[in-house]
Amino acid sequence: MTNEDQYTHDEVLKIGEFELRSRLLVGTGKYASFEETRTALEITGTDMVTVAIRRVNMDPSKGESLLDYIDRDRYHILPNTAGCFDVESAVRTARLARELLDTPLVKLEVLGDPKTLLPDPIGTLEATKTLVDEGFTVMVYCSDDPRMGVRLAELGAAAVMPAGSPIGSGQGVLNPNAIRIMMELVDVPVLVDAGVGTASDVALCMELGAEGVLLNTAIAGAREPLRMAAAMRDACRAGRNAYLAGRIPKKLYANASSPEEGLIEEAGPAPK
Amino acid sequence: MNETAHIQVHVNGEVTEVPAGSTVADLVASRDLKPQQVAVELNRSIVPRAKHSDTTLGAGDRVEIVTMVGGG
Repeated sequence: MTNEDQYTHDEVLKIGEFELRSRLLVGTGKYASFEETRTALEITGTDMVTVAIRRVNMDPSKGESLLDYIDRDRYHILPNTAGCFDVESAVRTARLARELLDTPLVKLEVLGDPKTLLPDPIGTLEATKTLVDEGFTVMVYCSDDPRMGVRLAELGAAAVMPAGSPIGSGQGVLNPNAIRIMMELVDVPVLVDAGVGTASDVALCMELGAEGVLLNTAIAGAREPLRMAAAMRDACRAGRNAYLAGRIPKKLYANASSPEEGLIEEAGPAPK
Repeated sequence: MNETAHIQVHVNGEVTEVPAGSTVADLVASRDLKPQQVAVELNRSIVPRAKHSDTTLGAGDRVEIVTMVGGG
């Protein structure tokens, strides 16, 4: 019997000190329940899950915590600074996350405005520098400008994570060439973060050579989130294997896959 | 003994009265929060969990108490 694993072996993805077998990073927002969150994470096979840091609910009626539903022996938790529109808030949020979760990991977001949620480049650079200096393992959400990726890597980012398209937009990867160029120029892992709408978007990212994909809404917002979780897992593996296998070049004309010799007699005038 | 004096502090943006001499640990406990499930910032500096019990709140202090929620 063929052991498929020997043909589909892959390296682990190293981000700072952390090692990931799955290249799909999954968010925990917008699910119908903590139970559904937990099941979706399991199905995706992810090793790293993102969470947000927020003020506690001051109502004493508060219920369960997401912390009770995420097995920390199984997943690396990647706290984000989502919702921060200035350097100081992002840095403070990262410090609170480290205190809360005892992890150096942070997914840095310094956003420009609430409508587009596009990353603010200058604030992102400043906050990256501060957090790297403070010993964080900084995974930086950024635009798909290749030079931005270079600058972030130079500052010590552990990974750069260009947006495929705006957060939660489901538009997929709008500029695959920019992301390809960034991957060529940057010597830390490049993961596509944001914009994924469906499985083919994930496959495309991985086929381009991205080291991973981070998504949330595309699963949580699907009509059947748990089925979509499976689709995303499969797409990530499919795209990665296709990248490693090396696609054929595109050609203008046909190239027969069946032998051109040994064909039977061509149709002509019927024999007498 | 007089009635316990109270001071005003800001907790997560809301003005709150706490007994004078309250510590961060007292504040966390008064909200029925589990210390392992929160992180606390006092006047924009982290108060490590190990220091909750010996960090006393002062009038006008600004406290943030956060936890982890779903997010991408």
